[in-house]
Amino acid sequence: MDTLALEAKSNGQEKKSSAPRPRPKPPKKAKRIVYFEVEIVDAKTKEKLLLLDKVEPTSTILDIKALFHKSNPQWYPARQSLRLDPKGKGLKDEDILQTLPVGTTASFYFSDLGAQIAWGTVFLSECYGPLLIYLMFYFRLPFIYAPKYDFSSSKHWVVHLACMCHSFHYVKRILETLFIHRISHGTMPLRNIFKNCSYYWCFAAWMAYYINHPLYTPPYYGQQQVKTALIIFLFCQVGNFSINIALRNLKCSGSKVKKIPHPTKNPFTWIFALVSCPNYTYELGSWMGFTVMTQCLPVAFFTIVGFVLMTVWARGKHRNYRKEFRDYPTLRSPILPFIL
Amino acid sequence: MVSTEEDGSVEEKENNNKKRTKSAIAVAWLTFYNIAMTAGWLVLAMAMMRFYLQKGTHKGLYKSIARTLKFFQTIALIEVVHCAIGIVRTSVIVTGVQVCSRIFMVWFITNSIKQIQNEESVILFLFVWTFTEITRYSFYTFNLLNHLPYFIKWARYNMFIIMYPLGVAGELLTIYTALPYVRKTGMFSMRLPNKYNISFDYYYFLTIVMLSYIPLFPQLYFHMLRQRRKVLLGEIIVEKDE
Repeated sequence: MDTLALEAKSNGQEKKSSAPRPRPKPPKKAKRIVYFEVEIVDAKTKEKLLLLDKVEPTSTILDIKALFHKSNPQWYPARQSLRLDPKGKGLKDEDILQTLPVGTTASFYFSDLGAQIAWGTVFLSECYGPLLIYLMFYFRLPFIYAPKYDFSSSKHWVVHLACMCHSFHYVKRILETLFIHRISHGTMPLRNIFKNCSYYWCFAAWMAYYINHPLYTPPYYGQQQVKTALIIFLFCQVGNFSINIALRNLKCSGSKVKKIPHPTKNPFTWIFALVSCPNYTYELGSWMGFTVMTQCLPVAFFTIVGFVLMTVWARGKHRNYRKEFRDYPTLRSPILPFIL
Repeated sequence: MVSTEEDGSVEEKENNNKKRTKSAIAVAWLTFYNIAMTAGWLVLAMAMMRFYLQKGTHKGLYKSIARTLKFFQTIALIEVVHCAIGIVRTSVIVTGVQVCSRIFMVWFITNSIKQIQNEESVILFLFVWTFTEITRYSFYTFNLLNHLPYFIKWARYNMFIIMYPLGVAGELLTIYTALPYVRKTGMFSMRLPNKYNISFDYYYFLTIVMLSYIPLFPQLYFHMLRQRRKVLLGEIIVEKDE
């Protein structure tokens, strides 16, 4: 009798009355915690995959995914997408069961996200590749150019400078991936590593082939052109690094609270006043500098393609910021101040 | 409904399921366009037949229809715009790839490499294209007018089974025959050293194009087969989750 009354009461009540702190169960008396029943249904075929009873109301989606994984070992939690509505958005791992708009019997629609891979693995492979590939061309390993040029060195100092800049860029990226970046999604679909690596590796090979070619033609305006481009490149590299540090400092470790980035004491971050994703702006600037420095059309193509991609990402992030924060500064543009 | 990067496929399916009520202007324009294209390709077909019946040979046939062919095949670029602005419910990329491959064949192979214009492979793919386009455009026309004769629907979703491979064979053979001439003249190619620090070898580019038929052709072919099962046989196909 008592349990029925309790259930009826909790159904009508607001969820906030049952605090997430688990109360110690009084022994040999009626249960005070109302357990949930969780049903997992395939989102497409609507087939019932699993029924869990006696689920703690304070469990998170991640706990439920872990339980589902036990009975279906081929679907590890990172691969599962649980939704309240088959066409809706996937629920976050940290969402707590009792805060969701479900009765005490919750139905989740499951879809398989496919094999997943850690984002760190993808980022590192897509950065180590270009670093090593460029060096292969720089040192003119055999079978790339005519045999008489094997292991020879270019007579243009801009070629050596370009190698240093390119390598510096990717080493910086690798270090940032290892120590600075904090990404909210733990994994991404496995096919991404093939897509991303092909993109970076093929373009790196294409650029490196021409820059390190024995018949390379140095920039038309000579030293002046190279020096100016180098300054732009370095400026933007420092800028990009500053932004990454600033973004890292926004997120306290472990917390998934999103905050609006603002200009800090570092002058390189003042661009936040005008742009939502200045890391992409600085990245574009670096590659434009590199293009002018090497005067190489493949580099220009890489810059353009990168610009298009980054603009798409920047606009997406900008849109998310605008949706998430009512008071988001209206002066900001996604990637280029006032333009894009 | 906002789509995240992973939910892209969900949003796309939503758009396909939404009932699109086209504006009257869009319908009128599309009807006009499809009638014009049907007529154009019919003219091409008749010109080809007339030439062959009069001259008894295919030599010189391409030259006689070259201008008409270039005109009507290039105009097909408009279809990409149709997809982009949404009055036709097809993927921009699929249409774009198909139109671009046609334009590439016409302008960068048969138009530029005069020596292969009298090859049989050219006649082969011209025949395939003409047949396919007449069927396709008349299908669209009748569809828009809501009076689709079954035989056109049948033709569109069945003839491709032989026409598609025949067309690919014609195109590949033509490119293959053109290769020696490309190598000899070094056309469309750029060598080092130059101030842009780039080189381009049309010969190797064509080789890559030919190789790219290997992954691309099956995908388009099976796409058409799936469409056929859906339309002619009324099968409900559960799309694989991307």
